[in-house]
Amino acid sequence: MRKVFTILKRELAGYFATPVAYVFIVIFLLLSGFFTFQLGDFYNDGNGQATLSGFFNWHPWLYLFLIPALSMRLWAEERKQGTIELLMTLPITLPQAVLGKFLAAWLFAGVALALTFPMWITVNYLGDPDNGTIAAGFLGSLLMSGGFLAIGSCVSALTKNQVIAFVLSVSICLVFLMTGFTPVIGIFSGWLPAAVIEAIASFSFLTHFDGLAKGLIEARDLVFFASLIGLALYANTLLLELKKAD
Amino acid sequence: MSATIEIRGLVKHFGPIKAVDGLTFDVSEGEVLGFLGPNGAGKSTTMKMATGFLTPTAGTVRVAGHDVGEDPVAAKSVLGYLPEGAPAYPDMTPLGFLRFIGEIRGLVGGALEQRIAEVVRRVHLEGIMRQPIETLSKGYKRRVGLAQALLHDPKVLIMDEPTDGLDPNQKHEVRSLIHEMGRSKAIVLSTHILEEVEAVCTRAIIITKGRIVFDGKPEELESQAPPSVTKNRLDWVFRKLTGGEKHPEPQLSAVGGRL
Repeated sequence: MRKVFTILKRELAGYFATPVAYVFIVIFLLLSGFFTFQLGDFYNDGNGQATLSGFFNWHPWLYLFLIPALSMRLWAEERKQGTIELLMTLPITLPQAVLGKFLAAWLFAGVALALTFPMWITVNYLGDPDNGTIAAGFLGSLLMSGGFLAIGSCVSALTKNQVIAFVLSVSICLVFLMTGFTPVIGIFSGWLPAAVIEAIASFSFLTHFDGLAKGLIEARDLVFFASLIGLALYANTLLLELKKAD
Repeated sequence: MSATIEIRGLVKHFGPIKAVDGLTFDVSEGEVLGFLGPNGAGKSTTMKMATGFLTPTAGTVRVAGHDVGEDPVAAKSVLGYLPEGAPAYPDMTPLGFLRFIGEIRGLVGGALEQRIAEVVRRVHLEGIMRQPIETLSKGYKRRVGLAQALLHDPKVLIMDEPTDGLDPNQKHEVRSLIHEMGRSKAIVLSTHILEEVEAVCTRAIIITKGRIVFDGKPEELESQAPPSVTKNRLDWVFRKLTGGEKHPEPQLSAVGGRL
């Protein structure tokens, strides 16, 4: 565990040693503000309620591009710099390295998410929202960012090219979003049995995030994100084991 | 006493290419083994397998009694490794980098700072400890890599071209450092520079196409050249053994051999 923490600390310091951290946080906050207020009709949601649903609803789409930008460097950069050879010949196990890097990125995404707290203050100032629902929304958003990150980390282990890692991660995450996106489901609903569609949709981030964003903390949603993260990181470890050197 | 590094029947295939083709040798404490061979002979591949970075196609490596394949963490903790090109995290400072390596290797607090001070003194990193590694010259980067490999005072030291990119003064310093450490450690270093083998190594192994073609003392290596060869005798033997030229002309090798 101490070794995981040492890796985590180095990674996290790495974000702040370069402009990566600041650019990411500023863009994340600007975009989430823009989407919420301009596109999300924050002030006029139709039923006169103070909620943050207009804020959370954009998170899957925001993460789709921002999280792969964060995760693309995780392993691709180690390969490019050759530091993977150094890291893999230190007395640590692969799972420790994978976990340390993932947790650093997740913690960082969590910090970016936590910095949206003025949104919470604003909605409490303007009205009387259900703060339990909002807390569930933040939890859901954090879990979802972990899911995106774990997929991104796994993809990043495949290549030394960060652009390839980014494009592949966005594509895979897009699939995980689209399978639960109502317009897409609509296309298939004509010719696929409902059970199949439901099964496909159950693999979507959107399906599981929607519940949490509405304030419903259900075990199956938590289990979904936890097992997705676990599986992706396990695959990440296997991929590194199989091709450490090139 | 059993050998510190035991390599048995080591084989590595990359697709159809046999990079390493059945290497067996031991290195004991007090030995400085110079690992020689033309480019692509399998030197780096062997070192990568010995340090647990690459998984061998066949064969085993034991470091201080620990099987690298079965107990990699134990083997890696007694081993110091300078990979080819001395990779390091470019956005870190040498100080931050050495602290990271030290913490991973289980050094903490005063012991860590003491070890860092010690290696910094030995490889002369004073004055650049708070500068990002990416801004350092090639020679300094190489020395940061050396410092990293020496930090935990390992029993076994494996270095892939430790003096590459250093100027003659720095080469001299690193060679004396290796020579001094050689008494209490088992050291393997790869090099292209034949004089380096004479200067610091107690033993030389030449491999070509993944096989050992010479294993002995540097003096024995030189004695293989006929008396008619008066200049660059080591070069002559090296090229004869590795098939660089069928009948090497000593006069012509004077320039190339120095590189």
